[in-house]
Amino acid sequence: MIAAMMASSYNAKEEDGHHSGSSSHGGAGAVKSKKPDNTAFKQQRLPAWQPILTAGTVLPAFFVIGLIFIPIGIGLYVTSNNIKEFEVDYTGVDINSPCYSCAKNFSWNSTQSCVCSVNFTLEQPFESNVFMYYGLSNFYQNHRRYVKSRDDSQLNGDLSALMNPSKECEPYRTNDGLPIAPCGAIANSLFNDTLDLYYVDSNSTKTPIPLAKKGIAWWTDKHVKFRNPSGNTNLTVTFQGTTKPVNWRKPVYELDPSEADNNGFINEDFIVWMRTAALPTFRKLYRIIQKKSGTTPTLPSGRYILDITYNYPVLSFDGRKRMILSTISWMGGKNPFLGIAYITVGSICFFLGVVLLIIHHKYDTRNNSADIPN
Amino acid sequence: MLNSGLGGDERRVDSRTIYVGHRPCPASEPFIPPKFCDNRIVSSKYTVWNFLPKNLFEQFRRIANFYFLIIFLVQVRTVDTPTSPVTSGLPLFFVITVTAIKQGYEDWLRHKADNEVNKYPVTVLEDGRRIRKESEKIKVGDVVQVEEDETFPCDLILLQSSRDDDTCFVTTASLDGESNHKTHYTVPDTEKDLESLNATIECEQPQPDLYNMLCLSLGPENLLLKGATLKNTQKICGVAVYTGMETKMALNYQGKSQKRSVVEKSINAFLLVYLCILVSKALVCTTLKYVWQSKPGQDEPWYNEKTQREKDTNLYLKMFTDFLSFMVLFNFIIPVSMYVTVEMQKFLGSFFITWDKDFFDPEIKEGALVNTSDLNEELGQVEYVFTDKTGTLTQNNMEFIECCIDGFQYKYRDASSELDGFCVTDGPVSKLQQKAGRVEELFLRALCLCHTVQVKEGFIASSPDEIALVKGAMRYGFTFLGLESKTMKILNRNNDVEKYELLHVLNFDPVRRRMSVIVRSTSGDTLLFCKGADSSIFPRVRQEEVERIRMHVERNATEGYRTLCVAYKHLSAVEYAQADAGLREARLALQDREEKLMAVYNQVETGMSLIGATAVEDRLQEEAAETMEALQGAGIKVWVLTGDKMETAKSTCYACRLFQRNTELLELTVRTLEDGGRRREERLHELLLEYHKKAVQDAPPVKAANQDYGFIVDGATLSMVLNSSSDSNSSRYKNLFLQICQNCTAVLCCRMAPLQKAQIVKMVKNSKGNPITLSIGDGANDVSMILEAHVGIGIKGKEGRQAVRNSDYAIPKLKHLKKLLLAHGHLYYVRIAHLVQYFFYKNLCFILPQFLYQFFCGYSQQPLYDAAYLTMYNICFTSMPILAYSLLEQHICIEVLLDNATLYREIAKNAMLRWGPFLYWTILGVFHGLLFFFGVRYLFSNPALQDNGQVFGNWSYGTIVFTVLVFTVTLKLALDTRHWTWINHFVIWGSLAFYVFFSFFWGGIIWPFLRQQRLYFVFANMLSSVSAWLVIILLILLSLLPEILLVVFRKPRGPHSRQVQLTCTHC
Repeated sequence: MIAAMMASSYNAKEEDGHHSGSSSHGGAGAVKSKKPDNTAFKQQRLPAWQPILTAGTVLPAFFVIGLIFIPIGIGLYVTSNNIKEFEVDYTGVDINSPCYSCAKNFSWNSTQSCVCSVNFTLEQPFESNVFMYYGLSNFYQNHRRYVKSRDDSQLNGDLSALMNPSKECEPYRTNDGLPIAPCGAIANSLFNDTLDLYYVDSNSTKTPIPLAKKGIAWWTDKHVKFRNPSGNTNLTVTFQGTTKPVNWRKPVYELDPSEADNNGFINEDFIVWMRTAALPTFRKLYRIIQKKSGTTPTLPSGRYILDITYNYPVLSFDGRKRMILSTISWMGGKNPFLGIAYITVGSICFFLGVVLLIIHHKYDTRNNSADIPN
Repeated sequence: MLNSGLGGDERRVDSRTIYVGHRPCPASEPFIPPKFCDNRIVSSKYTVWNFLPKNLFEQFRRIANFYFLIIFLVQVRTVDTPTSPVTSGLPLFFVITVTAIKQGYEDWLRHKADNEVNKYPVTVLEDGRRIRKESEKIKVGDVVQVEEDETFPCDLILLQSSRDDDTCFVTTASLDGESNHKTHYTVPDTEKDLESLNATIECEQPQPDLYNMLCLSLGPENLLLKGATLKNTQKICGVAVYTGMETKMALNYQGKSQKRSVVEKSINAFLLVYLCILVSKALVCTTLKYVWQSKPGQDEPWYNEKTQREKDTNLYLKMFTDFLSFMVLFNFIIPVSMYVTVEMQKFLGSFFITWDKDFFDPEIKEGALVNTSDLNEELGQVEYVFTDKTGTLTQNNMEFIECCIDGFQYKYRDASSELDGFCVTDGPVSKLQQKAGRVEELFLRALCLCHTVQVKEGFIASSPDEIALVKGAMRYGFTFLGLESKTMKILNRNNDVEKYELLHVLNFDPVRRRMSVIVRSTSGDTLLFCKGADSSIFPRVRQEEVERIRMHVERNATEGYRTLCVAYKHLSAVEYAQADAGLREARLALQDREEKLMAVYNQVETGMSLIGATAVEDRLQEEAAETMEALQGAGIKVWVLTGDKMETAKSTCYACRLFQRNTELLELTVRTLEDGGRRREERLHELLLEYHKKAVQDAPPVKAANQDYGFIVDGATLSMVLNSSSDSNSSRYKNLFLQICQNCTAVLCCRMAPLQKAQIVKMVKNSKGNPITLSIGDGANDVSMILEAHVGIGIKGKEGRQAVRNSDYAIPKLKHLKKLLLAHGHLYYVRIAHLVQYFFYKNLCFILPQFLYQFFCGYSQQPLYDAAYLTMYNICFTSMPILAYSLLEQHICIEVLLDNATLYREIAKNAMLRWGPFLYWTILGVFHGLLFFFGVRYLFSNPALQDNGQVFGNWSYGTIVFTVLVFTVTLKLALDTRHWTWINHFVIWGSLAFYVFFSFFWGGIIWPFLRQQRLYFVFANMLSSVSAWLVIILLILLSLLPEILLVVFRKPRGPHSRQVQLTCTHC
């Protein structure tokens, strides 16, 4: 600022005027003429807690963490190990597998469903409630184009969105000039295999196992996020003027004709499917096998037959389909990772605690001995 | 008629011809009005019209702003981006607007200041009339009239003065800091009638050297500089020779360029690294995407078909848009919010300087002033301090302290004591009382006579020392009444007026370093009084007298007083006649006048007898020595740059302990150069090599305290070093010179022109390692160095406000520099360095999981986190704790910082923002990012995480990672916080609480304006899962574990830090 300096040279004596105040920023100008406030904040003297981490303070923490984590880890590990899980791949890649022909001869246009049966044996009985999942592999439900291809307003029962779905649904937005309900790639690719489970007892009689289809979706999804347009009454009329997704065999109002509160957008299988999975290999809850009263296990050990109505093609993208039976604990499904991680971290902490103790001890004694001559 | 220009045509190129009063010489060729620039000063950068484009251009030249602009444009132009353009556009717009407003305001102030100068009214003589004009309308050749106490509006050649003796007095305090009155002379033999004066002046083209001016028969004594003030002269008339931006003053002040701190440079460097990381991430993802898609069935499975539009797009265009999409997805790695936070930190942080009550000076009733908040942290990085002497180190207030007469020390005590307050403090008082009294009186008479002081409402002299001496003598009863027609009058102790006829003045010059007068008393005795530096007096007096006084002189000198020795000599009639003849002859000599005079002087000034010595104190500023010691303790090299004489400056250096008793002084001045009697260049070469050998080559490799070196250089020698005739020598000399300087504990540069001060600063600034420089000064002569240095500090001193206005920081007293650097600077540096590193770290571990997620979602640019989290992460969830930290952190408390200057060395050389710490933070960020992502990844190998068997989807995945991220990043800062005030507590825990609250809120409502309700109850569901809780706790703990370990292991660094901690705990 040459000019400011030069200007001042003309009035070098009576200056101390407006320049110095205005060329600084407000705070400086304001305090100019009077003594700065002697407040703790302004003088940077606020009372403060000044923690100093030393080996001494951290040591107990390490031991405590170790002592807490190792039991938790063991608990988790044991819990996870106690969870019974059975998994069967029914994709039908292998020529010997029962679903090979269904997989091989799959065609979108066939009106006839292909049914195949997979036999399996449970070595151990499943005691508590059993949860039946279907699992898909190499299925990119988390692909961006896929994830955004939905219209939550439509699914929430918005009538205008029903007839005029969001552009995000492209290319599954309209078909033959009619809006698709529900629109979008996610809805279009709804998993539509039907899985039925039979227990085969010692004299080879097939007993169907009752599969509950409710309680598999998040409560908030089922009751708030997903709404049928104009309530649950007469869905056929409501969905008049829309068309079913291209790959569906039946319209949305026929997903579960037997139960009104599981039909249309609030069909739980549909809701579960609409919650896109995080990873390309995932499982989704399909059915729940409720524990029977008494001491009889939910699924006793023995032979079972899984009947599959094979509607869902995965071979085209090298995918796999699985059926999973699993019991559930307080921590969810079987996953040894957490238990192992906790045990490892707990052990590391404990070990570090010991190391630190030794170092601390040595350091202190050396320090003390060094201090004495002074 | 005056025609000063004698130059031929070949000189025309480098010279200008000025027609006084615009009247052409009748004799010369046809009058062509020459083109010179007008007298307008322009310091503003913008006009109303070019402000918007120019300012936007300047702002987008900043690498980060440009980057955000590109990202924004990509988001606007590309339809298919993972995030909306608002997320990056809004913050960018905010930052740009705020900066533009700030810069516009500053430029408006500059316009105002320019106008004030340019519209200042002046009187111009035009065709015999006096015309009031605005200063900016002055043209070269105008005859300008200036009255007493006015400053000159441009550079003038003095034509006429109201004083009888064709002189005028001028003070250049605002130019070079010398507050004494200088005498300037009118052009000799000028006609008295200015209206009819026809003249041309030929002088060189403008150049910045203040003390040099070459017009063939006009010298600097005829030139009145713009900015100087007319004193003791009613009015003068002068012709304008240089105007406006061509005045010596304007040429001496370079424009104030934008100063950037090292931290900003570091930020830019890190930014480039992160840009590279970003681009390579995007490249890797794009490549892998196309590799992945090449496998059959992957690109477009039946469940996920492309839109028609996508199918139609050209493959290469698609690759490019994919690349851009990845850039947009990962662009959060370089957060626009860092710039906002850094600016806020600097702006708010600087208030602590203005608020500091320790900077408040009760005398001027002012505290510190912050003109630029951009450089706060630079205060913690200073390696070189360049300080002005007069008014900065010293109060520019000479005072007679004591004298030594005939070997006895006399110290002034208050008038109550005997001998009019003049008392002997050592030696026998009564012994030879009679003799002592006689010598005493002789000594005081010498003080009264041997000077060039004029009396006019007090004393006026070119040297403040002389005034101090005359005033000193006055206190002891001998008052100098003045010089009237060659007669000096003295009022002695008995109130009698003594008259002395002044016969000759043997002027002072820096080579002889003494001056003499020859006077004749009323009794007819001819006396020669001589005063000068001890080194020049001692060889010229009788040796037996020397020893008694030498002791006193040396002690006084090391105490920092300016000492002068006084000697006298009785001249017999014959001797005088001889001297008189010699002097007259030499003065009239046409050739080698200087040499001849010198010879006569030397001849006359011999065989004198020493009477005594004086000690004058240039009072140091309060705590100047302590401050300098603290600075040196902090590893800062202190250079004193002064326009003052060497002796004076040297004594100041001793007084403020820059030079110690055992410091070996290496002197490179005109005097030492002329010692050998050979050519200056040769001698310079020799001396440079010698000093280099001494200070650099022979210096012990480990800094042992056995030998300190001090280096003294003066302006003339410096310009020889810098502008040596041959180019190869020049760079070599410069190198030698720099190396010597860098190995000396203190450097003193005296006789500096303002621009030379800036040159020195520039030279050091650009030397190897680019050390951070700080200039501190109080006068206009310091402005150029204040502007040149990385940090300019102005002292609100007596010499006006120019330095303050051009400074970055202004403090009332020198002593405040210590706290400003050691406490504020240190803290600001640590704060901002941590802020910068933390910002990069937190964004790296924010974006890394998102990058890793691409490997699991088919490289489809699927964001891991919800858009709300992406936008809010930097703005809300993690911004406040670091801002609070960067304003309040005191890793070491202020008292300890002030007591242990050495702590300053620990952060020297940008210690916290070098590549090492940066790498550490980056690795930490990568470690955390990997941990977050893969920890949750393994948890999700079975997504049935609730006790009712229900499964979690991708948004739950992202939310768990994000929760771990927010908590870890905040707790990491909590671990680093050494100073927990309630604000820190509030902000850290508040941020976390806010995150939880916001997540509930955001997921608790079906938002009508959102297209997708992705997060609906995701957070609540996550919290209902025990596994999610367990994994969050585990990952946070695991992330912080190495950090805690490092903190523990790093602590015991020796006894010093322990002591620091101990003292810290109770303050």
